[in-house]
Formats: sequence, C-alpha cells, structure tokens
Amino acid sequence: MGIEGTVEVGKDIRQIPGTPVFITPLDKLFNWARAGSLWPLTFGLACCAIEMMATGASHFDLDRFGIIFRASPRQADAIIIAGTVTKKMAPIVRRVYDQMPEPKYVIAMGSCACSGGVFRTYSVVQGADEFLPVDVYIPGCPPRPEALIYGLVQLQEKIKKESGRWGFWR
Amino acid sequence: MSLYVEVIKNGNGKGEPEHFTINMGPHHPSTHGVLRLVLELDGETIVKCDPRIGYLHRGVEKLAEHLNYNQTIVLSDRLDYIASAANNIAFCLAFEKLLGITPPRRARLIRTIVNEMARISSHLLWLATHALDIGAMTVFLYCFRDREWLLSIFEKVCGARLTHSYVRVGGVRLDFTQEIIDELRRFTEEFPQRILDYETLIDVNRIWLKRTRDVAVVDAETAINLGLTGPVLRGSGVPYDVRKFRPYDAYDEVEFEVPVGERGDTYDRYKVRMKELRQSNWIIKQCLDKLKEVEGEPVLAEEAPDLLLPSRVREPEPKPHPKKGFVFTGKELPVVPPGEAFASIESPKGELAVYVVSDGGPNPWRLRIRTPSFVHISAIPELAKGHMIADLVAIIGTLDVVLGDCDR
Repeated sequence: MGIEGTVEVGKDIRQIPGTPVFITPLDKLFNWARAGSLWPLTFGLACCAIEMMATGASHFDLDRFGIIFRASPRQADAIIIAGTVTKKMAPIVRRVYDQMPEPKYVIAMGSCACSGGVFRTYSVVQGADEFLPVDVYIPGCPPRPEALIYGLVQLQEKIKKESGRWGFWR
Repeated sequence: MSLYVEVIKNGNGKGEPEHFTINMGPHHPSTHGVLRLVLELDGETIVKCDPRIGYLHRGVEKLAEHLNYNQTIVLSDRLDYIASAANNIAFCLAFEKLLGITPPRRARLIRTIVNEMARISSHLLWLATHALDIGAMTVFLYCFRDREWLLSIFEKVCGARLTHSYVRVGGVRLDFTQEIIDELRRFTEEFPQRILDYETLIDVNRIWLKRTRDVAVVDAETAINLGLTGPVLRGSGVPYDVRKFRPYDAYDEVEFEVPVGERGDTYDRYKVRMKELRQSNWIIKQCLDKLKEVEGEPVLAEEAPDLLLPSRVREPEPKPHPKKGFVFTGKELPVVPPGEAFASIESPKGELAVYVVSDGGPNPWRLRIRTPSFVHISAIPELAKGHMIADLVAIIGTLDVVLGDCDR
C-alpha cells in the first residue's frame, strides 16, 4: 500500500495521522475477528472428548484464547472431531458439518479421527478426512490438552492467512 | 399455532391423545457421548423412550481375536475411557486366571491403588458432567481442577493421562517411585476437604434438590430385575459390591464400607457416589501404608508372559523313534493353556466382567465383555417413563453411562 499521507502502524494497517481512522484490507479485519473468537462445536465422540472437556475446563482454560465451546452447529466456526467415527456415525457428523455456516473449519483430534487409529475394523471409518475437508490433524491417543491447544492455535494462524474466503464457497 | 393446539386437545380423532415423537441425540451435549433416544411425548411428559445404540461400535471384541493377550489390554483402555485402569485390571484378572498366574503382593497393592484412583477420577467426571447437565457450572470447574491433579499423578506413574495400559498380565508395568507415593499421600490428605467443597456447593442447594429428589426412583427389586449394578444398585439399598463379595487384588486386605442409599432416587445415588469417593480415598491410604511392608519386591510375576507371544510353538526336543532313531514330530504346543476364564470387578460404573476362551493359540479365541453401561442404558426406558423431558438429562447422568463402554 502506499496511500498518500498515511502512516503504517502495523503490517498492512495504515493510520490517517491525527484521526482514529485506520485503513486495512477487509480480509484482514475479518480474519482478525474470526481468529480472535473461534467458537468450536463440541462433538465428543469417544475418549478424546474427555481430553477436549479437560482442555475447556479450569486447568487448561481455553477461554483465554477466545475459544468457547458451542453446543449448536448454527453458531460454530469450527468442528472438533474428537474420537472414533464409526460408519453409523459418519452421516450424522457430515450432517452436523453441513448445518454449520461458512466459513467453517475441521479439526481431526486423535489418531482415530486422523486415520482410524488402532481400530482397523469393519465398523470404523479410517479417518475423518474420508468425508470431511480436515484443516488440522492432531495425532495422539488421546492427544494431550496442550496438543489440542497447539492445534487450535495453528488453526488461528491459518485463519489469519485467509484471503477472499468470506462470502465465497470454499 | 391454533391448529397444533387443536391437535393436542382433540388427539388423533379416535379419542386418544396425540403424541409427539422427537429425536434426542446422537449429537447432543447432555447424552454423555453418542447416545440417541427416540422419545414419544405427551406434552412434555415422556410416554415412551427408545434408546438407539451402536454409534460408537468399534468391534473391540472381534479385534481382540486378532491380537495377543497383552495387546488386548490396549483396547481395554478405550472401552470405559474415564476409568481405563479398572478395565485393564478386569482384562488382566481374566487372563491371569487362564494362565494360572498370581501377581506378587506389591503388584496387587499397586493395582488396588490404581483402581481406586480410577474410581475417584471417574466419579469426579461424573459429578462434573451431571452437575453441568442439571445447571451447576461451578461444580464442573472444581471437579476438573482436582481431576487434573489425579491425572498428573497417573502421568508420573505410567506416562499417560487417560489411556494408561499400566496393568499387565501378571502384575503392573512399572513400580511406584517414592515421589509418586509422596504425591499420593498429599492427595489423600487434602482430598476429603475437596469433597466437602463440592458438597457445600450442591448438597442442600434448592435447585439441586428439586432436580434430583424423587427423580427416577428405583426400588431394590426393580433394580435387581433390571440388572443394574454399582452405585446405581447401591443407591436403591442393595449392598452389592464385587470388592466385598468376590475380592480380587488386595481388597481382602483393606477395610472399607459399602455405602447404600434409602430411597433409590437420583439424590441418593449422588450421595452414594460421594461416600464412595471417601471410601476410595481411605483404601488408597491403607494401601500406601501396606506398600512399606513389601518395599523392593518385584511388581511382575516371574511367569508373566512376554509382551509379544510367539505365534506358535513346536515341540522343541526330538522324540525317540523305534525305527528312525530320533525325529522331530513338529507337533504344535499350546502357547496359552486352552480353556476358559471369567473375571469380574467393581468398575466405577458397575460390575465389569470379562469372559475369555482360549484354544491354545496366542490370541483369545473369543472375548466377551459385560459392561455396566450397556445394561444401564437398557434401564432408561423404565426409569424415564412418566417423567418430564427435562428430567431425562438427569436420568442419563445419574446412571453414569459411557457410550464407549456400551457399544464396545
């Protein structure tokens, strides 16, 4: 950018001197808002759900990242697939994902959601990426809360780099 | 709007009231996993409740037929994932019966400690989610604070927070260090005060009493007929506890009481679990004292099988033959003695039983797991009948079901 008379105060952010007016691309504004208040949908399927709860509870406290678990897909930005997805459950996971508004992100938490894990059986879907576009994979059985926090921070970093995402179909 | 009111008033034209059929779950924050309930409602009263399970069926029993005995323990962690150690112990007890191994005393004491730690962490999670479902958010945060402490001790013991695989056939994997014993002692000293904290929050709370008193009352006879076990059965006044009736590990060495309820309602079951927390704490204390007597002893039986069993064993020595001198017969020998074994333990949810059949090979020929959650879910229709739809959440909570345990 190089608008006459403005001062650069941050990366891609310019201020008109003496006024509380800032100039920045709309992408950056939206991404800043989205990354700062990420509301994941709680979708506890199996063991990982317990670690997800522990991450949200008092000791690890996800609220300090602006992340608050939301029980409704209509108001969620991301979905955490926490646990084994069985063939009976997969259509329901997909339906809940479809109910979420755009833009939406998917986190596959745990070995089962990443690749099926130890359960290579007739009833288990071998990874959530078989029917969902997964953005972040978190391995572990179950992953530690720190790993989940790291995954969520990685997702925030990804959101901050989005451009032209809002209003467009992915 | 008026049309709907008319339908409710007049029914279906045959003089019967119109019932709504609605679906609850499998994605519902208060169903403790992926339980789905199809409800038939008359207004807000539940007429019929139909649980649908199988959304977390992972085929553990089938998978176990292709793994050897020690590998199966890893699968047992993922059944009732809130109290993994209890599942490990149930599996190991069955396998030890099959192999005829008795773990050394130190291992048995450590197992008892680990089992009670699992019970405390399971009950804390139960209290947290049950209170959260009913509307008490604060209890959730308090319980998780203390559960994290317990999980950090588990981490020092075996390196894992949730899925331990700590117990092995013939004993336990690692010995307790002095640091762990000191930390556990500190925990047992402070924990009774923490239990008091939770009770101060909800014991005489008017909302808590309204939501739990006289909800889902089960008398002793019905509870036995429904096959309920664990704190749910004891809440109805039946003092049945596997730890007392068929003691395993070191439970015959320690003293503890079996708390029972009187009315058999949701509040009584809550009280039973709170008393069990104190008993578990007491058991851990006793075991820690007894650990001193067996300082330095091994924690794994000598005859315990290797982590990886050979796929098959052939007769090692050549046999004398009348004409050919000596021959190798090549006859296959059983890796594990053929037969069957059954073991049951008092898991935090109820009676957990494992039945294993061996045909001599390194893998179980059949492994059957009797899980408490499966039986408890089958009792939901009976308990929910006639209650309001809001009470259903309390009923699911009080039964303490885990869907990984139910669907296997």
